[in-house]
Amino acid sequence: MNTFKVPTMAEMTAEGKAPDVLFWVGCAGSFDDRAKSITKAIARILHHTEISFAVLGAEESCTGDPAKRAGNEFLFQMQAAANISVLNGYGIKKIVTGCPHCFNIMKNEYPELGGKYEVMHHSQFIATLIADGKLTLADDHPFKGKRITFHDPCYLGRGNGEYDAPRSVIEALDAELVEMKRCKSKGLCCGAGGAQMFKEAEKGNKEINDERTEDVLETKASVVATGCPFCNTMMTDGVKSAEKSNTIDVKDIAEMIAQAANILPE
Amino acid sequence: MISQFIFVLMLGLGISLFARRIAFVRRNINMGRNIDLSDRKSERWKTMALVALGQSKMVARPVAGILHIFVYVGFVIINLEMLEIVIDGILGTHRIFSFLGPVYDLLIGAFEFLALGVLVACAIFLIRRNVIGLARFKSKEMGGWPSLDANIILVAEILLMFAFLSMNATDAIAMERGLDHYSVAGSFPISQYLTPLYVGLSDVGLVFAERGFWWFHIAGVLSFLVYVPYSKHFHILLAFPNTYYSNLDVSAKMNNMASVKKEVDLMMDPTADPYATPAPLPEGQVEDPPCFGVKDGADLSWKQIMESYSCTECGRCTSVCPASNTGKELSPRKIMMDCRDRMDEIGENRDANSGEFKEDGKKLLGDYISEEELWACTSCQACVDACPININPMGIILDMRRSLIMEDSKSPEPITTMFNNIENNGAPWAFPAASRGDWIKDA
Repeated sequence: MNTFKVPTMAEMTAEGKAPDVLFWVGCAGSFDDRAKSITKAIARILHHTEISFAVLGAEESCTGDPAKRAGNEFLFQMQAAANISVLNGYGIKKIVTGCPHCFNIMKNEYPELGGKYEVMHHSQFIATLIADGKLTLADDHPFKGKRITFHDPCYLGRGNGEYDAPRSVIEALDAELVEMKRCKSKGLCCGAGGAQMFKEAEKGNKEINDERTEDVLETKASVVATGCPFCNTMMTDGVKSAEKSNTIDVKDIAEMIAQAANILPE
Repeated sequence: MISQFIFVLMLGLGISLFARRIAFVRRNINMGRNIDLSDRKSERWKTMALVALGQSKMVARPVAGILHIFVYVGFVIINLEMLEIVIDGILGTHRIFSFLGPVYDLLIGAFEFLALGVLVACAIFLIRRNVIGLARFKSKEMGGWPSLDANIILVAEILLMFAFLSMNATDAIAMERGLDHYSVAGSFPISQYLTPLYVGLSDVGLVFAERGFWWFHIAGVLSFLVYVPYSKHFHILLAFPNTYYSNLDVSAKMNNMASVKKEVDLMMDPTADPYATPAPLPEGQVEDPPCFGVKDGADLSWKQIMESYSCTECGRCTSVCPASNTGKELSPRKIMMDCRDRMDEIGENRDANSGEFKEDGKKLLGDYISEEELWACTSCQACVDACPININPMGIILDMRRSLIMEDSKSPEPITTMFNNIENNGAPWAFPAASRGDWIKDA
């Protein structure tokens, strides 16, 4: 697959162009090595389907979600104000993001602070691309017939009621979707939310991601599909500590779709 | 005549004790911070009808849910019978509604089935708590009073239902014997099976037993009325206002603090004069001392205090909490119980000091709820989703974190580092902001 250049808002604006969609990458998607491959998959899907999109690049900054959930409302609102002035400055109307935390905070908490956009999680956007027939998958892609389970991110599922979009994407892979005993509104957290990602867990008798990995093992799935870079990290670690990395893959739905559509670089 | 007098006295005492406790709780709720939940009325009525009246979230766990519906429906409908008991008690009549004829027979028959349902459900509930010992009834915060409270209620309901059925059984025998005052009325599909217990009694003994059960039933119900607002059983009333004032937004949405917005707006506004005299407050209004988040009981919003009094300690929140499930200190149910206990304490303190709170050296944060509990929350909202009456323990946890951070600057070290990183380079990790777009190069 050939390479292409992801346009930034600054470049596009300099050319006098305005994209239809802003791809909000998020901190994990920008800096975390594992999450970067999710980001690239999303960018490739957007490019492949000829969506007019751009990213903010260095002009993007943390939405403030971990600060807010850890109790630092000041820092959150400072971040929100800075981001909103950038977004409004570019006249952004529609945002797609690969992170449910960014998705939630921009969709639900930015509007009162002056940032009103149509915000979509990448699973929702990809689901519409598939429904519109803009994405065709290869005949012999590696997920066909595979047993796949979906781990609901709290801030997409329980928090915002979106359970169907990611599942419809998995179904489009012609795979066998199996549910964990705790799924959808009853889905168990991966353990990273509420700023837990950035600290050690409190004293207990188990790690939350190990508890969740047991749910995965029960399904006998060979792929855990995720829709959040933090869940992805936690589930990858959980599968590793259960010593199942050889038999169970942890993949974001964007990576799966990009792979199935043969649009990832070799 | 004398029995009518005693009856009215008992009724008056029961109702006034109940009213006194209601006034206490109401005052405690009003101590909370003001928030405006007067919007979206039709949506609120709908939520209340569905969640409280319709028990829609109870059936998420079918066994407990269906048994609870038996008790709930039984409780509500059998109370219709209370109306007759009260009128009979005051007027000295016997089954005053019996003029309804076949309708009356149908009603009494239906009440008996409901009473049996309540009785069986309560017996199963007792077994679940004490014999099977479900995990969620055995956590640390359930030791002592909370468990006793639950058992008292269940045993009381069983006794009340037994008295109700026995009252009917002895009444039916008295009617059959054509005793004076016992005019024939009602149908007794369940209590007929209790008649062998009482059929051997003499006429005098029978009347004594029938009156005894009647008095036991009404005295029991009145005691129950007084007991309920001191107990977790207060949910039978508070579930209604509590669901009416439910959070109607999606559960992931966390409120933006208006006081902080004001500060940030000032900072972002280049024309703002930081030294400007603030606009004078309306006559007679005193500015609240600025205080961020929740440190003590009265920092909670009135809705959060209402939630703490509505909680029935079922533990569904704790049983789905990822932190509780992996042995961490945090239990969302304990958060609610702590808030209620602290509000009781503050309220009693005020009552003992002629209405003014006398500093007692205690705080909700620290003396009841520890920092360790607060930091164990993943904000996954499972507790919020699980609560059968839409209580939000997570909201209180996050509000207490706000107090820890914005009032006391107390955070675990990695959290402080995360804050610094966001402040300095716009990401929770220590990567330079300029390299945020570096992934683009190899996309």
